[in-house]
Amino acid sequence: MRRSWILAGTLGLALAAPAWAADTIKIGFNIPMTGDIPKVGESSKYAAEMLREDVNSKGGLKVGDKTYKLEFIYEDNESKAESAVTTALKLIEQDEVLAIVGPNSSKQAVPAGQVCDDNETPMISPWSTNPDTTKDRPWVFRAAFLDPFQGPVAVDFATKTFQAKTAAVIYDLSNDYSKGLAEIFKADFEKKHGAGSVVAFESHGTKDQDFSAQLTKIIAAKPDFIFVPDNYNQVALIVKQAHNLGWTGPFMGSDAWGSAELMELCGDDCKGHYFSTHYAAAGATGATKEFIERYQAKYGYTPDDVAALTWDATRIVLQAIQDTGGLTGDLDKDRKAVRDAMAGIKEFDGITGKMRFDEQGDPIKCAVVVKINDQGEFVFTESVCP
Amino acid sequence: MTSQPSSVAVRPDGAAARSTAFQRWSVPALTLAGLAVLLWVGQSGALTKYTQTVIMFMAVNVIVSASLNLVNGYMGEFSCGHGGFMAVGAYVSSVLGVLLFAKDRVFGPPLLPPEWALVGFPLIVLVGGVAAALAGLLVAIPSFRTRGDYLAIITIAANYIVISAVENLDVIGGSRGFMGMKRVVKAMGRAWDLPWMLLWSFGFAVFTLWILRRFVYSTYGKGVMAICQDEVAAEIMSVNTNRMKVAAFMLSSGLAGVAGGLFAHIVGYVNPGSFGILKSTEALVMVYLGGMGSLSGSVLSAVLFTLLLEALRPLQIIKWIVIPLLLILLMQFRPEGILGNRELADVFPRLRRFFRFK
Repeated sequence: MRRSWILAGTLGLALAAPAWAADTIKIGFNIPMTGDIPKVGESSKYAAEMLREDVNSKGGLKVGDKTYKLEFIYEDNESKAESAVTTALKLIEQDEVLAIVGPNSSKQAVPAGQVCDDNETPMISPWSTNPDTTKDRPWVFRAAFLDPFQGPVAVDFATKTFQAKTAAVIYDLSNDYSKGLAEIFKADFEKKHGAGSVVAFESHGTKDQDFSAQLTKIIAAKPDFIFVPDNYNQVALIVKQAHNLGWTGPFMGSDAWGSAELMELCGDDCKGHYFSTHYAAAGATGATKEFIERYQAKYGYTPDDVAALTWDATRIVLQAIQDTGGLTGDLDKDRKAVRDAMAGIKEFDGITGKMRFDEQGDPIKCAVVVKINDQGEFVFTESVCP
Repeated sequence: MTSQPSSVAVRPDGAAARSTAFQRWSVPALTLAGLAVLLWVGQSGALTKYTQTVIMFMAVNVIVSASLNLVNGYMGEFSCGHGGFMAVGAYVSSVLGVLLFAKDRVFGPPLLPPEWALVGFPLIVLVGGVAAALAGLLVAIPSFRTRGDYLAIITIAANYIVISAVENLDVIGGSRGFMGMKRVVKAMGRAWDLPWMLLWSFGFAVFTLWILRRFVYSTYGKGVMAICQDEVAAEIMSVNTNRMKVAAFMLSSGLAGVAGGLFAHIVGYVNPGSFGILKSTEALVMVYLGGMGSLSGSVLSAVLFTLLLEALRPLQIIKWIVIPLLLILLMQFRPEGILGNRELADVFPRLRRFFRFK
């Protein structure tokens, strides 16, 4: 009996020990490492890990006149909404983190944002595009631009580059991202080209493999181009099947195309098409180029947009911590200071472009349009700023 | 032959028959004590919100697994569309709650004063349950003529029907999801500052167990087990099997709807993706882990499953190797589940001395 008490006591102390260790800053990561989109979580973790090693190898993060080591806590939210909530609470209360990065997809970011806002902990989602994530939540920020901005980018670019007068859209009905973007695109295109200029507006399900019914309708309507705001795995199928049905015109896509796996799945069919995204890996310069090369050397593949956005989101958090001018050690006060500093960032020079936050905590930043060249690289074509 | 074995076998039943006042009141007293502890825990902050949330999800999982056990365990059918009924309950109670007690972009100002949420909340959760019970007819009616694997496919289809219907309803957000339930919960807290969600989750979990226990062990409900044993024989013995199936399916899916309503208000956001086939699978796992036809098994497994999910967090990705492996090991060495067709009181007969739960 006594022995078990001693054991429990030692264990308790061992668990409590990290909390006593001074001079560290803890940042939580609420990311999907298992579930539907494990690659997204992996990218986030890899990028953050690279940043942590960078900062710690230089001695740590200098805040005011003190230097702190960084401690990143990665928690898996299984890409489930309820798990994102418990993960956020665990990070806030058990791990006592200063700020949280993530969750990435809106399904988790919307409820987790509520938790962080209620518990007054700054949170920044690298990838979520649903306006509800940050809306009326002063403690929640994001690093990605919103769909209401990305839609018009696609419209303007297609109008200019393809001289398009008509368009067709195929989208995933059960994917809120795809559906939202498709609707925004349709509204904006019809505003600029008159009602009825979107000649076909077809939906499909997430697990669908055969799109010939929708594509036959679209091709029969003879649009100038097809807008495909779909995830990369479906893009590969859609583009191939459209070519088999005789479509030779251009495709325009959205940031969900920008995965390292797109070219493996799609091959030659996707070459020559365009999509709007957060950053262009091929032809990047400066800090972006350095990030891509180091990531590639370390993990063996070109970082996708999630990796780049996580890098930026985490750096925004670190920047905000530095801007506070010194931490008090009182967690509540420090969290408030970090939030205020984050909202007050004038201009942040990230690898996905320069940005600052509007009053909702959404970034004002540029989008890029990239072309898939014959080597299968995503080449910078045009930058569109708000 | 001595009389020794028979006296041992008789004793538990004999003890149960002579129920003392202590036995009669021990379960209600324990329930009240549980509520009191939760109340104290919520008010004093003795447990962090994280732990409280885990307890709430535990209660939701208890409802989910116990209610599915009625169909999969006691009735011996294979239903794998439980997530769909949760979705119905979640959406109906969320939309009602936001409509009645909270300001919303779509629905405008609340129809009733927000303070009324105090009384209204359990009602909207129950209405969600009733709606889910009606959705349960989707499965109950085909079950008159189909059994086994074919009925399983119908239940999957029912799950997909519900999810697709929600995805195509733009009024309630479609695939974007629906939110605003936190405002209802906060309105309750403003009216009277108690940890309402904790109390209601616990309350509904106890309610579920009570109603299932009452149903399954009633003369009427014995028909459910009769169907499990032999449907034709049950029919001959004057069990109205069709009516029995409707009752079992509606009760099961209705309670799933209650769980969905609680889930929606705990998370504060619902999304059709949360109630897909994966959720149904989780419910199945909990039922088979605990043992078919065992309410205490369902409770144990729901608690264990929720705790495992949280406790194994440090393992990160490996967690999803360890948990399925545990399941395989369990099925290999104990295919009937933790309790398997027995209640806790059957395994530990002495427990009967202390309580009577009916």
